[in-house]
This record gives sequence, C-alpha cells and structure tokens, in this order.
Amino acid sequence: MASFLQANLPYILAGISVGGQYALIAIGYTMVYGILRLINFAHGDVFMVAGLVMVYASASLPMYISIPLVLIVTMALGFVIERVAYKPLRTAPRMSLMISAIGVSYLLQNCALYFTGGLAQVYPSIPWLSNTVTIWGATTKMVTIVTPILTIVLVIALVTFIQKTKMGMAMRAVSKDFETSQLMGIRINAVISTTFVIGCLLAAIGSLLYFTNYPSVIPTSGSMPGLKAFVAAVFGGIGSIPGAVIGAFVIGICENIIKSMGSNWTVFSDAFTFVLLIVVLLVKPTGIFGEKATDKV
Amino acid sequence: MKKFLALLLALVMIFSLAACGSSSSTDTTADADETEETSAETETEAETETETADSDNPTVTIGVFEPLSGDNGAGGKQETLGMQYANYETPTVEIGGVTYDVELVVVDNESSTDKAVSAASQIVAAGASVVLGSYGSSVSIAGSDTFADAGIPVIGVTCTNPQVTEGNDHYFRICFLDPFQGTVLANFANDELGATVAYCLGQLGNDYDQGLINYFTEAAEALGMTVITESFPEGNSDFTSYLTNAKNAGAEVIFAPCSTSYAQLIIEQAASQGVEIPLLAGDTWDSNVILAAAAGTTQSIYVSTFYAEGGDEAFEEGFKEWINSDSTNLTNNGGNDTIAAVSVMGYDAYYVALEALKNAGSTDPADVMAALPTTTYTGVSGAIAFDEIGDAERDAAYIKVANTETEAWDFVAVQTIG
Repeated sequence: MASFLQANLPYILAGISVGGQYALIAIGYTMVYGILRLINFAHGDVFMVAGLVMVYASASLPMYISIPLVLIVTMALGFVIERVAYKPLRTAPRMSLMISAIGVSYLLQNCALYFTGGLAQVYPSIPWLSNTVTIWGATTKMVTIVTPILTIVLVIALVTFIQKTKMGMAMRAVSKDFETSQLMGIRINAVISTTFVIGCLLAAIGSLLYFTNYPSVIPTSGSMPGLKAFVAAVFGGIGSIPGAVIGAFVIGICENIIKSMGSNWTVFSDAFTFVLLIVVLLVKPTGIFGEKATDKV
Repeated sequence: MKKFLALLLALVMIFSLAACGSSSSTDTTADADETEETSAETETEAETETETADSDNPTVTIGVFEPLSGDNGAGGKQETLGMQYANYETPTVEIGGVTYDVELVVVDNESSTDKAVSAASQIVAAGASVVLGSYGSSVSIAGSDTFADAGIPVIGVTCTNPQVTEGNDHYFRICFLDPFQGTVLANFANDELGATVAYCLGQLGNDYDQGLINYFTEAAEALGMTVITESFPEGNSDFTSYLTNAKNAGAEVIFAPCSTSYAQLIIEQAASQGVEIPLLAGDTWDSNVILAAAAGTTQSIYVSTFYAEGGDEAFEEGFKEWINSDSTNLTNNGGNDTIAAVSVMGYDAYYVALEALKNAGSTDPADVMAALPTTTYTGVSGAIAFDEIGDAERDAAYIKVANTETEAWDFVAVQTIG
C-alpha cells in the first residue's frame, strides 16, 4: 500500500495542485452566477490576461512590485468589464448578457493575440514558489504544496467575509432576490462590482500559481482552465462557494488519476471532465451543494 | 455624464477591436506595405502599380504559407525570416529576359488545420506564382487541396510527413522525411544513448507528432527496443503525469516530437520534477525557444535537424547582421540572433523558388510546376534535387544537443541510416 502510494504520489500532488488552481477560478464563476445569474464566459480570459500582465510587468519591474501590480490590474479589468459590458445590460434579457460575456471573452483573446504576436510567452519564475522540493521521493515545485493551502485559506477568508460583514450580507441578499434587495436600499451596483473584483482577484492569484507550474502563456491559455473551472462550479452546485472548491479538487485529482492509468486512458483525461458535466446535469442538475430551485410566485 | 462615460468606454472597446481585427488576419510584409490587407485582386493590382512606379519592374508574387501565431508560431516566424532575408538579399529575379521584383505575400495559417484552408485561399487570390510552406505537416496537408485546385505549385520547407507530397503533383519539398528522421533518431537513441526502453509522447491528432512517433517506433522495435506511446490532448499544459508515467515505465529516453510551446512546458516540468531521462525530438525542437527553456537546468536534450551552425559562415554573418538591424526581426527570432535550422531552410526554399521561376521562363504557375521537378539548387543546407514524388533527396541529419550553460546548440554527429 505504501509503495503504491509512493509510486502514485506525483499524480496525486499534481491533481491537488491543479485542483486548487481550478478552484480559485471556479469561485469567480460561482459568485458572479450567484448574484447576477450570469455565466461570465470572460472569466477564463481574465485569468489569461493576469498571466500576460505578469509576463510584461516582470520584464521591467522587480517581483515585489509586479505581483501586487498584477493583482491590481486584474481587479481593475474585472471592474471595467462589468461596468462596460454588463451594467448597461442590467435590464436586458439574460441571454443578451451572456452574449456580451462571450464577446468580451473573444475581445480579450484577440487583444492578447495582438500584443503577443501569437507567440507563447515564457512566464517568469517567482522566487521561492518556483523552488523544487522533494516529498517522500517525489520531486515537485513549492507551488504544488502552497496551492491547496492558499486555496483553503482564501476560501475560509471569503466565506467569513460573506457571513460576517455588511457587504457580505448585502451580497447574500442580492443573490436571494435582486429586486427586493434594491428596494431595501442596498446599493446594487457596488455589490456587483465588489463581486467581480473579488472574483478577479482570486483569478489573478490562481494565475500566479497556475503559470508558475506551467510557465507558458498563450492567448487561449485561459480557455481550458476556465472551462474546467466552470465544470467544477456546476459540479459543486453553481452559486455555492464550498461546492465549487470541492468540485475543482475532484476534477483536478480525477484528471491526473486518469492520466496515470496507462496509454489507452491518457487521451480521455479531458473527455472525463466533460462527461462528468453531462452526468451531473442529468442526474443532479443543481450539483452537490446547489440550492433547490424554488418557483417564486 | 454616466451615459457619456459608457459611450466613451464602448468606443474605446470598438477601436481596440478594430485594431486587433486588422492585425490578426494577414501580414502583407512584402515591401513594408503594412496597410495592404486582403486578397482582393484589385488591391493586388493597385499595389503592383505603386511598385512599378518605384522601380519600373513587373512583379512576381511568391506566397508564404506559414504559421505566425499558435503552437508553431515561433518556428513559423523563424522560417519566414529566412525567406524575408533571402528576399532582402535578392529582391529581383530575371524571368525570360525580364527583371521582375519579387513580392512575398505572407499569410498566417495560425498553426491550425481549420484556418489553413482560408489562408491558402488568400494566397491563391493574391495571384501567387509559387508558394513556400509550411512549417508543419498538418497545415500543409490541410492547405494542399486549395493550391492543387488553383494549379499553384508549393515548395514544402520543413514539413516532414510523407503524406504531404504523396499522391499529388503540385507539392514539392526540400527537407528530409519522417521515415528517415524517425530511423535516424531511433538509431541514435539505441547506439549513442544506449537506450532499450523509449517513451514517446505526442499531441493527439497531430500528423507530424504521430507520424514521426510511428516511424520512430517501427525503427526502434526493429532494433529490439521497447516503446511505450502516449498522447496528450490539444491545449494540455500539465505534463507531470506523463513524465511520471515515463519514469515509472523505466524509460531511458523520452521521445517527444511535439511543437515548441508544449516542449517548453515538458522541459520545465521535467526539470522541476527531477526527471533526468534524456529528451529526444525532431526538427521542431531545433529552436532558441527550447534553449531558453532548458537554460540553467540539467536536462539533456537531443534534436535531429537540417543544419548545424557553422555550415556557411558568409550566410550566417549576413543573416545575423540583418536580424540585429531591425527590432521586429529580432523579436520574431525569439529575442536573440541564434540561427534556427528552419530559417536556413526558408532561405534555401526562396532560392529554389527563384531557380524554378528562371527555369520556367514565365510567371504562370503551370509553367513553374512543370519546371520544378528538374530544378536543382545547391543551398546553405546542401544540394537540393527532387525525386519522382517531389521530395528532396537527403541522406544525412545533424544531431545536436542543447548546452544549458551557454544557451547554444552543440553539434553531436551527422547521422545517416546507411
């Protein structure tokens, strides 16, 4: 048993680490959905932009400036996207909002294509995070261990924020009933902007961790992690933060276990994620922690 | 006020969109005419007129069908640089007693088989007499029919899959083929690295990767080696599990002939996971992207390629000077003046095309196609002559190893299969 575990430890480590990175993206999806009932397709691309900003910032600035800069720029980007592409459509049908989100996604990808010239950009190695460590015979990067811990700390902080603060209470109220909370004097625009900013902050942290592990940024880098994080959010029950985190870890670990199963199975590692999405939608459409759909009369 | 702000931001967005749209589709880099955008014949004529005003020469168009973005973007850019340097060196050609200006129409096929067809149509619409490209086999195969229908001959530069030239008359190529390259690499793995177990890793559904792995496997198994093959899906960035598989299988060499953007990740992850198994790859890995990824690690990386630095000093000096003279060229070459073998191949391909145009005595694609089979040329990468299928007769490949300290390729051996 011990030797089996030791042989498979690299797969499990990789799974936990990638799961944590998916989780940080998935929280952004799930929070925005909880409040606006919008699937923010541009979220994966915000993640990619955070990676590119880091590439360009670190080329001319020292690390202790460029990391905060990446976080700030990404949050600002989330704020601007919400104000420009989603806020004017607040009274429009939900479908228009979704189409706008897809538009933003392609806009970001094409801008990235323009700035990078279509070439893969090499992500800078962040001191300490990029160091290699050996755990029980498996060599890996420090970031692999940091990711799950950081993810859990951030999730606890976020849940506390939502449960204990006034803004958190406002968020819960808005997600329960959009119009009524507006009537109760909640400043809805501030709440929505905060949601986007928090989602983008987590995506930026996720991108720091993800690209430290896989140090190459291309304009479509965000789409696969984004899609998988979305599946994780649906799996855990979209709208639920703990659900998204658990879903992300399940997907990350399963994906890597499939890759370890031999040459006939490795090709199905991505297919698995999407089969899981279909099965969840068929069997339990609200996900593991999803709220029950109640008809408001 | 708020409405005004929203309007302003929306306008900014539209303008940035327009800026992106214009740059991503095409690059007509011919004579610094960046605004020349599309393929409509009228525009080409307009451009011809402006050029004749400059030099009084008629223009002959050579299409450049290369990936400038996507997975193979880095390599495609370097190959295109070779052609552009050749064009800079020899901007005119004498066809049937008339001096023509050579115009390169560079179209980006985005390393993608679904974009290749429309990119090929753009070249056809630009009225090219002959086409150079592409870097990769998949896009060459995908674009092949479009050129065949238009009756335009194509000279493949570094597409090594046999299917590119098989069963058609219009596709030629100046590089060696995968059955040859796969055998060379298998021999090298067995003789020089002493490997008995090889682990192959390629991208799912990529003709180049899978083709080369297939030929490598055939040759390696004939030598009595054990081969394990796995594939990763497009867009994958987590190779740690594959590398662990290789380690657990007791592989003594990892053969991963995938595109450079995946190669970067594989090298990086192999280094951080402490996978000390030598990495082996084909011609795609002969790029400074690989050297940059390997810098400072202890990974040993071997590649088989078309050209080893030091083969032609005059060419190398001129090329380096030209690269360093222009910041765009420098960026496209990956930020330094290391000469990639694909640039050399692009350079030779351009001269083969000029030779064919001279032999044809006309700019009509049909005449060029008829002239190509008998065209011969001795370029920087060696003598080029075509056999009856349209492939260059090449019998040697260079094996190089990445020097992780100096960030350069060290020459190892010339490998043949005799």
